[in-house]
Amino acid sequence: MALFDKIEVTPRDAATSAAIDGALSIRRVSKVYDPDGAGVVAVQDCSVEIAPGEFVAIVGPSGCGKSTLLNVLAGFDTLTAGEILLDGNPLASVSRPPQPGPDRVVVFQHGALFPWKTVLENIMYGPLRQKTMTNAAAEEKALDLLRRCGGLDTVASSYPAQLSSGMQRRVEIIRALMNEPKVLLLDEPFRAMDSVSKATMHRHLLEMYSLCRKTIVFITHDLEEAIYLADTVIVMTTRPGTVKKVLKISLPRPRLPQMMSSHEYLEIKRQVAEGVHEEAKKAFERGEREHA
Amino acid sequence: MRMLRNRKFWMMCAGNLGLFALWYGSVKWIPLESFRRMPDPVRVMTEWFNPNPVFGISIFVKTYYFHILYSSYRALVSFFLAVSLGVPLGILMGWNKKVREFASALLGLLQPVPPLAWVPLAILILPGEAAVIFVCFLVAFFATALNTYVGVKSIDPDYFRAAACLGASRKDVLFDVIIPGALPNIFTGLQIAMGAAWFSLAAGEMIAAQYGLGFLIMESYNLVQVPTIVIGMATLGLLGYFSSMFIRYVGGKLMRWREEAMGVKG
Amino acid sequence: MVNANMRSSSAFVRWRKGLNWRGAVAVASFILLWQLLVRFKVPGFETIPTLSDVFSTFWTKYMLSAKYWKAWAVSFERVGYGFVISQVLGIPIGLLLGTRQMFHDVMFSVIEILRPIPPLAWVPISILFWPTNEMSIVFITFIGAFFIIVINVHDGVRSIKKEHLWLARSLGASPWRIFQRIIIPSVIPSIAVGMTLGIAVTWNVVIAAEMIASDTGLGRLTWEGYVSNTPAVVILGMISIGLAGYLSTKLVDYAEKKMMPWRKA
Repeated sequence: MALFDKIEVTPRDAATSAAIDGALSIRRVSKVYDPDGAGVVAVQDCSVEIAPGEFVAIVGPSGCGKSTLLNVLAGFDTLTAGEILLDGNPLASVSRPPQPGPDRVVVFQHGALFPWKTVLENIMYGPLRQKTMTNAAAEEKALDLLRRCGGLDTVASSYPAQLSSGMQRRVEIIRALMNEPKVLLLDEPFRAMDSVSKATMHRHLLEMYSLCRKTIVFITHDLEEAIYLADTVIVMTTRPGTVKKVLKISLPRPRLPQMMSSHEYLEIKRQVAEGVHEEAKKAFERGEREHA
Repeated sequence: MRMLRNRKFWMMCAGNLGLFALWYGSVKWIPLESFRRMPDPVRVMTEWFNPNPVFGISIFVKTYYFHILYSSYRALVSFFLAVSLGVPLGILMGWNKKVREFASALLGLLQPVPPLAWVPLAILILPGEAAVIFVCFLVAFFATALNTYVGVKSIDPDYFRAAACLGASRKDVLFDVIIPGALPNIFTGLQIAMGAAWFSLAAGEMIAAQYGLGFLIMESYNLVQVPTIVIGMATLGLLGYFSSMFIRYVGGKLMRWREEAMGVKG
Repeated sequence: MVNANMRSSSAFVRWRKGLNWRGAVAVASFILLWQLLVRFKVPGFETIPTLSDVFSTFWTKYMLSAKYWKAWAVSFERVGYGFVISQVLGIPIGLLLGTRQMFHDVMFSVIEILRPIPPLAWVPISILFWPTNEMSIVFITFIGAFFIIVINVHDGVRSIKKEHLWLARSLGASPWRIFQRIIIPSVIPSIAVGMTLGIAVTWNVVIAAEMIASDTGLGRLTWEGYVSNTPAVVILGMISIGLAGYLSTKLVDYAEKKMMPWRKA
């Protein structure tokens, strides 16, 4: 199924690291909450370099600051030290608080499709509000994307509450992609789904990724999901969160479900699990809670 | 005709008839002074629908509608004033921390004073009509502002974040997120405000007005026209009921997305 | 990591941040505006006393007056009776409405029809019916809170998760036990909401009922201020009523906390 071929296809060129959109540079970022009061250090001295078009998964125990990092990347929160650059341009630093924007759109954990707008209205929202497309053009593109993504154009005039959670997530991803962002940020988007729906979503996400190769930062608890989907898995320590391990996933693309029982996969999984469990134990002993 | 076979429908009829019968029976047959003084339902009904009513008020008499008009006018004016001030204030309070701090202190100070306690002061400062409207307005205003505020506060922050990612300006956020998001609570507030307006209206009219259903009730009491008292009460009840129903209807139309969702989920 | 010194100074900083400075400014400006409007004889405000006038009236004439405090007692008594009776009758009826389908089918429409009638509209009928004036006022007070608690309890029962009831039954609990152990605890929050709303309405109603149909109580006091053209007394009455209402709400809050110890602040 040829999905999304009208989306800006930025060919992934492994040989050259030419300036293609979506290079994220996170340098020694720290985030302290309530500095005059309780002084909770959520993220400390975190540094990651993400290449354009790379699919990065971030895993770690509860309360390790993964969501905090994503919030700072997305521009919902400030940082207290370090800086973030997008394609060499400063995105966020202590003196320059980040602003959320369509260059890095978020897909939320519990879904944030506007319940009071139809699917079509939701998807057209970004380009219309930014005034980058006319009504007609936006509608055409939206319907086209919906059609390609498994015939979702049939529900274009439904309200989100009438759709299954899988369909909702897909619509939300399409809504993000309509804005042609440089980076796609996904905050545990499939967390609340059953395993069958999750597997379907993985397939959809991978198909979409293979065609449009956007930089993706994917936060998750599910180690198998992380390894299956990503090029790189970053394991974070428990609070204060910093980078514990960076593992390159050498599995070939396109990823297939059969790979999950391959030797390679299991070995990677063992390494990742080791790191995460170590941290999880520490977190448990400290009584860490997930900050919803 | 499915309605006739519906058991619930008959139960409902039974209940209402039972109320009537109880009322009738207790007035006619209980030999206590208290009950003797009550009007019996038949008397009330015959009076209400009498082309030539003994005490001058029935559905055929112009004055009746006069009173209804006065009461409705006051209720509606105070309601609309309350909504046009209360909803924006509620939204501002939910959106902007500074406004909230200013407003919540003032509102918190004024709120414990029961609205009807304002009546004497209101009629000292304002002319009669305005005084009644003012008191109704106060009650409805608090209900609306509070519920709107709660509505705005209860919007999932992710919607704001999503809108920001998608490039919405502050104005967009107001119309695309805040207002639709708070709408369910706003309508709950409106229903409460409407009920509260009628409530205060009755009291205000009984204390300090020249026309209107509350006034009618008091006057009938003073002139010992007992069936008319009940007519006044029933009319107030009906008006209150229908106005709430109307608001619910409008709310349903504006919030179609909820109706659809409810339908599917069953 | 945060040492004792830092903790105490940060506690101070937090307290300072926690005070609603803007709110205090708002209230102060309100009072100031009031004083100014009266002092400069702005039209409409000629007859209005300033807050200081109200205080001096209170200080000199009312603080030590038995009649004043008796008015407090009388109003509180009426509120007390009316409120308690409405809860005592209303909670069981609400429970019945929610649990017994037949009761619901018969009674619900009756309640829906009676509910929209404003409590004060019942005043004349109440006066005619009840032998004493006191009872008629308590009745009105009762009506106000009664419907509120019935509706709230009814909603509370309706929103109990079916699963809880099924679970209990599958574990062999008798209907009475289910009622006692599941239904009652689940409706307590709704009862709390009903009580909070009810007490506010009760005060509202008592004041008006006193103005219309009694010669004692805080409502009457306020009305007399109007009739005798002493606005200071009117405002004094309003402040007293506000305080009384506030106290009652606090009492109800306290009772709620006792009812629901598991609730976090």
